[in-house]
Amino acid sequence: MTYRRLKSHIGINLLRLCLAVTALFLIAFLFRIFSKGLSVISWQFLTTPPKNSMTAGGIYPALVGTFWLTVTSIGIAFPLGIMTAIWLNAYGKPAWLVRIIRISINTLAGVPSIIYGLFGMALFVNMLRFDVSIIAGALTLAVLALPMIINASEEALKSVPVDFRDASLALGATKRQTIMRVLIPTALPNILTGTIISIGRVAGETAPIMFTAATFYSRRLPNGIFDEVMALPYHIYALMTEGTKAESQVPIAYGTAVVLLMLVLSISATAIIIRYRIRKKRKW
Amino acid sequence: MVTNQIQTLKLNLWFGNNHVLHDVSMGVTEKKITAMIGPSGCGKSTLLRTFNRMNDLIDETRISGKVLLDGEDIYRSKADVTNLRTRVGMVFQKPNPFPKSIFNNVAFGMAVQGKFNRSQIEDRVEKSLRDAWLWDEVKDRLNESAMSLSGGQQQRLCIARALANNPEVLLLDEPTSALDPQSTSKIEELCLELKNMVTILIVTHNIAQAGRISDYIAFMYLGELVEFGETNKVFTVPQDKRTEAYLTGVFG
Repeated sequence: MTYRRLKSHIGINLLRLCLAVTALFLIAFLFRIFSKGLSVISWQFLTTPPKNSMTAGGIYPALVGTFWLTVTSIGIAFPLGIMTAIWLNAYGKPAWLVRIIRISINTLAGVPSIIYGLFGMALFVNMLRFDVSIIAGALTLAVLALPMIINASEEALKSVPVDFRDASLALGATKRQTIMRVLIPTALPNILTGTIISIGRVAGETAPIMFTAATFYSRRLPNGIFDEVMALPYHIYALMTEGTKAESQVPIAYGTAVVLLMLVLSISATAIIIRYRIRKKRKW
Repeated sequence: MVTNQIQTLKLNLWFGNNHVLHDVSMGVTEKKITAMIGPSGCGKSTLLRTFNRMNDLIDETRISGKVLLDGEDIYRSKADVTNLRTRVGMVFQKPNPFPKSIFNNVAFGMAVQGKFNRSQIEDRVEKSLRDAWLWDEVKDRLNESAMSLSGGQQQRLCIARALANNPEVLLLDEPTSALDPQSTSKIEELCLELKNMVTILIVTHNIAQAGRISDYIAFMYLGELVEFGETNKVFTVPQDKRTEAYLTGVFG
């Protein structure tokens, strides 16, 4: 074997090893969660509230709470994010303002999530007096999701060929019509994929909702958006840190983890399927 | 005297500090084909794009002189650019149908104008597709994506799309340079047919193509209109040495 072939041989196997290590972590992680949590899950677990100070019963209020938190926050962040991206992509003047906005977005993307929690508490809970509520938590999560949605939307808008814009304008369309009828429809699938991935992130976040929305024990469902809620990630945290009966709380925590994981994975899977369908269809 | 449909008067254009067009004065005759030829970077595409103000999209474009369409300055301060672009249609070098259905591609221009009803749009879509010699190939699949068409078909779709606005002038910017020879000759024949309906301006790198289809030739070099005249005259007795050199392939 020549020296050169030896070198490439070593290189390739090194890469394989790295891949194997990464895959091993994932498999071990999934195995641990599922082996401990799967046995807890039943129809009853998903549809009944917790009992006996969280040592028995199900996670229904947490499931509902996570649903409302996620839907509300994306409902706020999606229109804001897509409109920001459109402005950046299609208008984006003057240059200094664009630069400031971009720096802000990127800084926002790098902020640790617990800071979002503190910020949300200060602004939405205390200053705007929303109290600990769905709306305060959803707004906090929306701020967290915004940079992700903006960046994904901007990438999607950038990938629309400039030929389409030219064709539309040359046919007598105004700039607004070109954006509404050509730019957005063409970019929409990719914008949606990016948004779905951020839904997954939002559903799984704990720190931002800790001080803004989540309560760790509630037997009833929220009455409206100004009510506090249970949420899946925070429920896991509560089960593992509060209470006295670890032997009955830990399995419930793993069961909740499985539900959360399945939720996030299925959301990501939806995004992957959408992306795959689009890649197959488009030919420009 | 025949009045020209398009007339430029001492037209100068700059992109930033780059002086791209120098004192171009040129008249375009109605319902004829005028070919614009010249080496790459000579400004022929830029000149073409002044006729529907597509250069406006480029930052720091400055213009002096006049461009008249039917005697009216299209760069006057209150000119309606969207209306201008429905009167002066354009087809680009690379076929660029929208990722929409064939029908919606052709209907696009009418749809954005918002003053036509469904049956008017349907009639015009059919007529435009017939005029672009595409109807028979697509009449059974108007709702399929335009992306499913071949390159030559896509380019004829783009022509149909431009025709649907009932333009007076059609600007073709190297419309066949991305196409195979068969599709190219089909589009050339189509141009000869279309000149009964619209005035055609075509930018081409293909001298033979210009000779085959055009009535008038504009030869541009380094941003200047070097020579302009009837095609057979320019081809047989060019007045300028540079035209002769270009036509005989000395540079290009």
